[in-house]
Amino acid sequence: MTQPPILTVRNLTTVFPDENGGLHALRDVSFDVHPREFICVLGPSGSGKTTLLRVMAGLLQPTSGQVTFARKQHPRIGMVFQQATLMPWRTVLQNITLPLEIRGDGTHSAHRKAREMIELVGLQGFEHSLPRDLSGGMAQRVAIARALIHDPDLLLLDEPFGSLDALTRERMWTELSRIWQARQKTVIMVTHSISESLFLADRVLVLTQRPGTIKMDMRVDLPRPREEAIRFTAHFGKLARKLRDAIE
Amino acid sequence: MIKRFLPVLLSLPAFLLGWHLLTRYSGIPNFILPSPLSVWTRFLRAVGDGSLQYHTWITLTEILLGLLAGVTFATVVGYLLAKSRSLEKALSPYLVASQAIPVIAIAPLLVIWLGDGILSKVVICALIVFFPVLVNTVVGVRAVPTALYDLMHSLHATRAQILWKVEVPASLPVFLGGLRIGATLSVIGAIVGELVDAEEGLGFLLQVGDFQYDTPMVFVAVFTLIALALALYGIVRFLENKFLKWQERSNV
Repeated sequence: MTQPPILTVRNLTTVFPDENGGLHALRDVSFDVHPREFICVLGPSGSGKTTLLRVMAGLLQPTSGQVTFARKQHPRIGMVFQQATLMPWRTVLQNITLPLEIRGDGTHSAHRKAREMIELVGLQGFEHSLPRDLSGGMAQRVAIARALIHDPDLLLLDEPFGSLDALTRERMWTELSRIWQARQKTVIMVTHSISESLFLADRVLVLTQRPGTIKMDMRVDLPRPREEAIRFTAHFGKLARKLRDAIE
Repeated sequence: MIKRFLPVLLSLPAFLLGWHLLTRYSGIPNFILPSPLSVWTRFLRAVGDGSLQYHTWITLTEILLGLLAGVTFATVVGYLLAKSRSLEKALSPYLVASQAIPVIAIAPLLVIWLGDGILSKVVICALIVFFPVLVNTVVGVRAVPTALYDLMHSLHATRAQILWKVEVPASLPVFLGGLRIGATLSVIGAIVGELVDAEEGLGFLLQVGDFQYDTPMVFVAVFTLIALALALYGIVRFLENKFLKWQERSNV
C-alpha cells in the first residue's frame, strides 16, 4: 500500500477494572489501516477482538494508547453487530434510514438512498416489512445496508454472520465481498472463522488469548473477485494452515 | 368483530334476565336489591334532571387531572430512576415504603389538608396512579437493549435522539401496560376521595343514594363508574393497538 494510512492504532491497552488488579483485554496493540483495505481481526474467544472494535468505534475509552484518524476527529462509522440490532418498531426502510435521520437529512433523499441500499443488499419488496418477519440472514442484510447508507469512512463488523447458519453465512460472504467491491469502503471485521477471514480480507490480524496482542499480520494474496471455489485451492489451504498455527 | 362481541351480546341479556327474575320472585325488597327496570327508570330520571351528567363530569375531571399529574410525575421520576442507579438506591426505600400505606388510609388526611373540593381527589387519584406507572417506566427503560445504545453512540446520536428514537418506542409496550393498570386505578382513587368528603361527584351521588335508601341511584352511580373505567381502559387499549402494531399480537 503506497497510500498513507487513514487510521493508525498505537499502543492500545485496555484494562477492565476488577477485584484482582484488572482484566487486561488488550495489550500494546498497534497497526495501520489503509484506505479501502479489508482487514479481518481473527482470534479465539476472549482475545479482546470486540473490545478492539469498540475502541475504534469510540464506544469505549482505551486505558492507554490512541486511535487516530487521518482526516478528521470524528469519522463517520458504520457498524454491524453480532445480532442485527434492528429496531423492531421500524420497517426495513425506516431502519435503514436511521443514520441519515440522526444526521438530519431530509426524508425524501433518505428514502431514495435507502432504496438504493435495499437494492444493493437484495431486499427489494421487503421495504415495508417489520424485522419480526425477516430471517436472520435478511435482518443482517438490513444491518449492512444501514451501516453503509451514510457513506461511512470506516465500516466496523463485529462477527456479523456469527448467528447465521453455515449455508447462509457462506452466501453472505460472497454478498459482502461484492458490496465491498462496489462501495470501496475501508472495513475492519472481527471474526473467529479462518475461512471467513481468508475469503474476505486483504489482511488478517491474529490476536492472542487475553491479554490480546497482535501475533501475526498476514497479507492475503488471493486474487479478487473471490469465488466459492477459491476455498478449495492449495494456496487457500496453505494460508489457512498458517493462521491456524498462529492461533494455537 | 361480531364474533368477538357475540359472547357479551348473549351473556348481557341473560344476566339482566336472571337479575330481573331474582328481584321478582325472591321477595328481596326493592331498596335492598332494585330490579333492573327500576334502575333504568332511575337512570332516566337522573339524566333528565341533568344531575348524572353533572356529577359524572366532576368525577371525570378529577380522574383525568389525577391521571395527568400521576402519569407525568411517575414517568419523569421513573426515567430518572432507570437512568441512575444511585438515585434509585437513594429513593427506592421511600417509594416502596410509601406503597405500604394504603391510599385509603391517608385519604381523610389529604381531604383535611387540601379541602373537600376537587384538589384532594385529584391528589389521591394521582397517588394511586403513580406507582404502577413508575414501576413500568423503570422496567421499560431498563429493558432497552444495550446494543441499540451502542448503535446510536456509534452514529454520534444526541441524548434527545436516543430518548425519542430508542428509549420512548422501546419502553412503550411496558409503559402502556402500566398506564392500563393506572387508568383503572384512577377511578378508584377519585371515588375513595369523594367518599371521604365531597359535595359533588359520583362518589357523592353514591353516598346520597345510600343515606336516602335510594338504592337504584346507588346502582346508577356504580354502573356509571364501571362505564368510566371501561372507557379509560378502552382508550389505553386503543393506544396499544395503534402504537404497538409492530409487536406480536398477544391477547392478554
